[in-house]
Amino acid sequence: MNAKRKNKILTWIATISFGVISLIALFPIISLVISSLRPSSELMRQGISFSINFSQLSLDNYLYIFNQAPEYWAWYGNSLVISAITIVLSLFFSSMVGYALAVYDFKGKNFFFLLVLLILMVPFEILMLPLYQLMINTQLIDTYFAVVLPMVVAPVAVFFFRQYALGLPIQLMDAARIDGSTEYGIFFKIMLPLMGPSLAAMAILQGLGSWNNFLWPLLVLRSNDMFTLPIGLATLLTPYGNNYDVLIAGSVLTIIPIIILFVFFQRYFIAGLTTGGVKG
Amino acid sequence: MESLSNSSDLSTKPRRSPKSPKNNSNKQPNSFLRFINSKKVVPYLFVAPFIISFLILTLYPAIQGIIMSFQRVLPGQVTFVGLANYERLANPVFYKALLNTTLYVIFTVLILTIIPMLLAIFLDSKFVKFKTLFRASLFLPALTSTIVGGMIFRLMFGEQDTAVANQIMSLFGLDAINWRFTSWAAIFLMVILASWRWIGVNILYFLAALQNVPGELYEAADIDGASKWQKLRYITIPQLKPIIIFVSTITIINGFRMFEESFVFWEAGSPGNIGLSVVGYIYQEGIRQNDMGYGSAIGVILMLIIAVISLIYLIATGTFKRGEN
Repeated sequence: MNAKRKNKILTWIATISFGVISLIALFPIISLVISSLRPSSELMRQGISFSINFSQLSLDNYLYIFNQAPEYWAWYGNSLVISAITIVLSLFFSSMVGYALAVYDFKGKNFFFLLVLLILMVPFEILMLPLYQLMINTQLIDTYFAVVLPMVVAPVAVFFFRQYALGLPIQLMDAARIDGSTEYGIFFKIMLPLMGPSLAAMAILQGLGSWNNFLWPLLVLRSNDMFTLPIGLATLLTPYGNNYDVLIAGSVLTIIPIIILFVFFQRYFIAGLTTGGVKG
Repeated sequence: MESLSNSSDLSTKPRRSPKSPKNNSNKQPNSFLRFINSKKVVPYLFVAPFIISFLILTLYPAIQGIIMSFQRVLPGQVTFVGLANYERLANPVFYKALLNTTLYVIFTVLILTIIPMLLAIFLDSKFVKFKTLFRASLFLPALTSTIVGGMIFRLMFGEQDTAVANQIMSLFGLDAINWRFTSWAAIFLMVILASWRWIGVNILYFLAALQNVPGELYEAADIDGASKWQKLRYITIPQLKPIIIFVSTITIINGFRMFEESFVFWEAGSPGNIGLSVVGYIYQEGIRQNDMGYGSAIGVILMLIIAVISLIYLIATGTFKRGEN
């Protein structure tokens, strides 16, 4: 009886503590949404504040962004296009490489795999100056292509696909060969569909990475109408706060689609974003 | 749909294969197609994108970066200057960047290893209800970009008395702080932004690792009459060692790569460089000042730092002892 009561009290304490911790974690996101409903001059004067004048909340910032901020929608379009291209290309190439490293026996296979692991450890930041120079010399600067190029064959994704492909039923390949299928047919028609869950996880990892990518696009994108959302929004971060209406409401509009996707595909989000874990 | 019907066909295919003679007759004369489809060539074609991207996007820039660090790079005029770029590194701005980054690394690695581990252990206990909900809420910040997250923190930690952070300060009877223009607060802002965004992801690593701790260990400990604390100290934490090493290593490496957390609070430059990071310094010198040679020299130093950390990680996990796999 006594132990039971003690457990009940512990459950209450633990659950309430986690409720409070979760609220703290969610607080910035909630306050962003509330702030997007406040007049931007007010936000500029007060910052994000506990003392909110509820009678002032309105959808004005959103009306403004929908009607009078065409540059914001250009950034949105750029981000969508760049993320889509990145997802398609990087899934296509990385799955091919990871699959080959898993199912075929060929000379140099271990060497290539070692290279993948090595590249995983080389941070992009130390390669960026020569790559930036390369983009200038090849006149690719300020194009979608320049933004996407370094993400096309992602070592993380290659690694992930290889681990996943190790579990594919190899017997299917021989059966398909007897049937006269080419190696490419085997990959695209039989094996790739079987890799579905890993494709979903990597699509999310690459898509989110590209949607939120900052440093590289900051280097290679120069004209305002080529900016992606993070770069465009960062240009609004001026000390004068004259663009806060677009900045705040615009930020909300970049997060909401991701959160909706997260709610529906939570499993793949978690698998994708903790990919490094399979390394341990 | 197509794939489904395809794979279900497979079992019956060996018996009836009307297609294959046609296929063969198509291919036999064409030795190129056969070559392309031979099991010797196919793997290399599959791996080719990786090889090409490795050569152009990793090997070339790595070598070029090292070469440039010994050069003075002006448009249309490149001269070798020996170690001059490295000698220039002995200056207070670089030291400040290195110090800021190191402090940032130390704080993030402590916060982002210990707190997620404890939260994961509690979250894993039978006392907590609504686990999925809490896990999801703590994970949600990872979905925001550093720019959006940082912008929120900038407004929460505004210099106004009415900003959230200063309202909390006054609750404790403390004076309002001009967060973005105070030296210690600059590091604090960057650390708290990174911690907020990554805690949920690291909790997931620890939760996954906790599922792999064999239950018999706890049963045996129960029989021996071990207390909760002893079980945590002598079973859980030692069992979590590999994931602790993994999480702390990626946190250290990501810490040395930090840039956006600084950029979002001060854009191109902070007063007295209180928020300057090593990568921020590369950006400032290599891109803004267009001094690629000097920027590359900073990059080489960063590469060395990260290589050493990776090596320590590999040794700590016993990769060299175990050999292959």
